[in-house]
Amino acid sequence: MDRLPGIRPRESVWRRLDMAARWAFPATTTALLLLLAASPLGLPGQAEAQVAIALGCVFFWSLFRPAAMLPVVVFPIGLLTDLLGYAPPGVGVLSLLLVHGAALRWRWRLTRQGFLVVWLAFAALGSGMAALQWALTAALLWRLLPPGPALFQAVVAAGLYPALAMLLTRAHQSLAAPERA
Amino acid sequence: MIRLSIPVRQALAKLTLPVLIVAAFVLMLVGKADTVLAERARMALADALAPLYGALAQPLDTLRAGIDSIGEMFVLHAENARLRAENERLRQWQAAALALDAENAALKANLHWLPDPPASYITARVVADAGGLYARAVLLSTGPGAHVERGQVALDDRGLVGRVTERGARSARVLLITDMNSRIPVILEGSRAHAILAGSNGPRPRLLFWPEGQMPAEGERVVTSAEANAFPPGLPVGTVHIVGRNGVEVLPAARLDRLEIVRIFDYGLHAIAPPEISASRQQAAAERRH
Repeated sequence: MDRLPGIRPRESVWRRLDMAARWAFPATTTALLLLLAASPLGLPGQAEAQVAIALGCVFFWSLFRPAAMLPVVVFPIGLLTDLLGYAPPGVGVLSLLLVHGAALRWRWRLTRQGFLVVWLAFAALGSGMAALQWALTAALLWRLLPPGPALFQAVVAAGLYPALAMLLTRAHQSLAAPERA
Repeated sequence: MIRLSIPVRQALAKLTLPVLIVAAFVLMLVGKADTVLAERARMALADALAPLYGALAQPLDTLRAGIDSIGEMFVLHAENARLRAENERLRQWQAAALALDAENAALKANLHWLPDPPASYITARVVADAGGLYARAVLLSTGPGAHVERGQVALDDRGLVGRVTERGARSARVLLITDMNSRIPVILEGSRAHAILAGSNGPRPRLLFWPEGQMPAEGERVVTSAEANAFPPGLPVGTVHIVGRNGVEVLPAARLDRLEIVRIFDYGLHAIAPPEISASRQQAAAERRH
């Protein structure tokens, strides 16, 4: 029974494919961005940027399109981050899941605010996750690690987010929007 | 498909995140308990990506070389003068080396010296940085069928790069001498004093445990030592650089920041397992040896 009256496009195979592609867009692009960040570009701070991209993408999509960034999607993205970044498996998974949870919890408050507030929230969250990853990696490797990379990672995460958000906002309004299918 | 009521579905949806967080902790424990599994997963991914990154590395290297050559255009004159001076100096060294080589051959002939068997090696392209945040390592694309083992020694055209710690079907991971897990027995070439080269994740590894009263001299050459049978003797590692009063660092001879091609040598040395190997595997290897 049609509960919502109105004119709608026909449910053809192509439309379904289109919807599925739009739904899969956030997770797929996040994975592709991670692979790109792990490629031999020879840029300084690439390892830090890789973690920052994962955090930024998961945060953005969890905040603005949580239907396409479910926890079951965040988990494999975290695993990919860990495997690509040669970190102990589980560290990236946990931090991305926590970022996802935090974004969902703050969703109603943050999405009504301007970009600056969202950015500040992400910077705080990114710093917390850098500290958490540092502590967990140190605990799992059972040795004291230099804090420099963690600090640098927090800075890179905060610094990359505006550019990342600009790109993702465009995609959010066009490519990833299922209502446009 | 089972039809669930809306409250049940909502409850399940709320449970997913906590369950997955618990799964992340389980993953950490599993990764800690079974490092071989984690390593295998990593190398499977590396194997899949190595050809892709290998294809990407070549044009990127060309591009970087092009950019470098544009920068070099501006210092062409100074560089030319420097190279001329260096060439003069090297010509003198070449004469000395040829004389020493002839003398060495004569002495060896008199002593019935048995030369070391030549080591076999393969050449591999560095396709990606494989260090992550807290390690210094590179990923090599070795191609299928190449014989690469853990513990084999990697050298570039100038000196020691590191050792193979993980290998996949067509890729291998080399832990650099700058990694903080790297400990290498070395000899100071001038004084023949033994020491340990310890990586610190920085660009210059530190020199530790040199004999008391034999302070390494600035610019002294550091080569590998055959002690512990982990390396062949005499591979060039770098030169001593004194920092402050007692800090002794080594400037690596290899260009670790821009590795493109390395050679992996099989010296047939399997005395010491390279770092990052789990205790369980060392045990298994020990059992196999007995």
